[in-house]
Amino acid sequence: MKIDKELIESISKNARLKLSDKEIEKFSHELKDVLEAFSKLKEVNTDKVEPAFHPIKIVNRFREDIVKESLKQEDALKNAKHKKDGYFVAPKTIDK
Amino acid sequence: MNVNEYLSKGKNEVKEIIKEAREINKKYNYFNYIDEDATGGKGKLSNLPVSVKDCICVKDMESRAGSLILKGYKPVFDATVISRLRKEGVAIIGKTSQDEFGFGSFSTNTDNIPKNPIDVERSTGGSSGGSGGFTAITKYTHVSIAESTGGSIACPAGFCGVAGFTPTYGVVSRYGLIDYANSLDKIGVMAKKVNEIKPVFDIIRGYDEKDSTSLKLDLNKDEKIKKIGVIKETLNVDEKIKDAVLSKLKDYEEVSLPLVEKYGVTAYYIIALSEASTNLAKYSGLRYGESLDLKGNYNEYFSDVRSKFFSTESKRRIILGTFARMAGYRDAYYLKAMKVRNLIIQEYKKAFKKYDVLISPTMPIIAPKFSEISKLTPLENYMMDIMTVGPNLAGLPHLSVNAGFIGKMPVGLMVIGNHLDDNKVLKFGEKIE
Repeated sequence: MKIDKELIESISKNARLKLSDKEIEKFSHELKDVLEAFSKLKEVNTDKVEPAFHPIKIVNRFREDIVKESLKQEDALKNAKHKKDGYFVAPKTIDK
Repeated sequence: MNVNEYLSKGKNEVKEIIKEAREINKKYNYFNYIDEDATGGKGKLSNLPVSVKDCICVKDMESRAGSLILKGYKPVFDATVISRLRKEGVAIIGKTSQDEFGFGSFSTNTDNIPKNPIDVERSTGGSSGGSGGFTAITKYTHVSIAESTGGSIACPAGFCGVAGFTPTYGVVSRYGLIDYANSLDKIGVMAKKVNEIKPVFDIIRGYDEKDSTSLKLDLNKDEKIKKIGVIKETLNVDEKIKDAVLSKLKDYEEVSLPLVEKYGVTAYYIIALSEASTNLAKYSGLRYGESLDLKGNYNEYFSDVRSKFFSTESKRRIILGTFARMAGYRDAYYLKAMKVRNLIIQEYKKAFKKYDVLISPTMPIIAPKFSEISKLTPLENYMMDIMTVGPNLAGLPHLSVNAGFIGKMPVGLMVIGNHLDDNKVLKFGEKIE
């Protein structure tokens, strides 16, 4: 597969990162190496093998749907810089 | 003084160790934060000084996982391991330095780089570098709560010459851990000697309803060691490292784990980076951590914050992980890696039918110099984890214990056990130490 500037730019847009031209140049070289190494897994025959999403069997656990005490509003807001009237203030989501 | 003796004598050296930590930190950078007012209390671990890796949340103590994007973040709650320890009287003396979010094997991917206690021109290893370095250097009784995703406890333990234990995945609650990769992260314990680990491990382990992957299973009771297997492929290292490791063992057989050797690092990094890239999505300058003036639309704002405060290594891992999960590539990379992980787990399980523990060197090298690390490419860097990624990928309990020295520098030996054989691993580690 071709690792070029366009691919890195499209990934970084997806990941909400603005990369400088220098970073894009550097990453496209380095990623080529790494992705080539990643492709090594193609050699392994995994027909009929289930993916192991966890290393050990994890069982779904359910609990009663009861309201319990949770994080207080003031605590939830404690680490936010932008807040107003008990809410987080976020950047504009709809342009005029 | 050994932890067990300290506890039985009812000692309290919290003030002294904080003073020492402050002095040592000027030269070695083991702490991102030291709590000058830390005090202990009464319990099974009365007044035991405990340092905590920066990525584990401690209430009101800056917890930034070695990252600048979380600068100033003070959790409003304790991680489960911390609340359990506090109930038993420990004193949390501070937060130890680490690679940003655990992204590294040398603790160099951060603003506060810890130095090896034996030679300051060398690395402590990573990512729990501050924990390893301080555990080795302190004159006082102390344990450190560290965390491993792909070898971040074993590696610094090996490079600093201390004991580092990573439990079976799910045995210790991850609630309150600033995560790297959810299906791989494990909280564990570092101490000068292996027998200091169990009193602390016994407090932090056990089911926690706040962690959906926490296990409700008991640890296996059988601690007998009948047969030891040395992983053949891991002996292909420097003769001195091999000799140090084998000199600690009497009767053993060599066992081959070809899949782990050949595909472990690749499968590990695909899974780790995929999970990391989704975990890091939450850092957007809104609810916690660094922020900027609210300008532009939300996409621009998020991108600006993330681009300014993430390090190069974080950006690199986000790019790789996002790629591996992208439409059109997900099956070839992410899903394939999960299937290979299954085969690797089966390979280990087969070996554990015959052997009680598996042995390898902890790292393929001794602690490298910073000047050597800076020359490594990202791929060469990732390959350094070749010994440690296997047990981490498979969620197996493992322990690095000192096996001797090359010159002044320590060599680590790694003991790997089957799932839930945590006590067997610790017991065997004690025996060979």
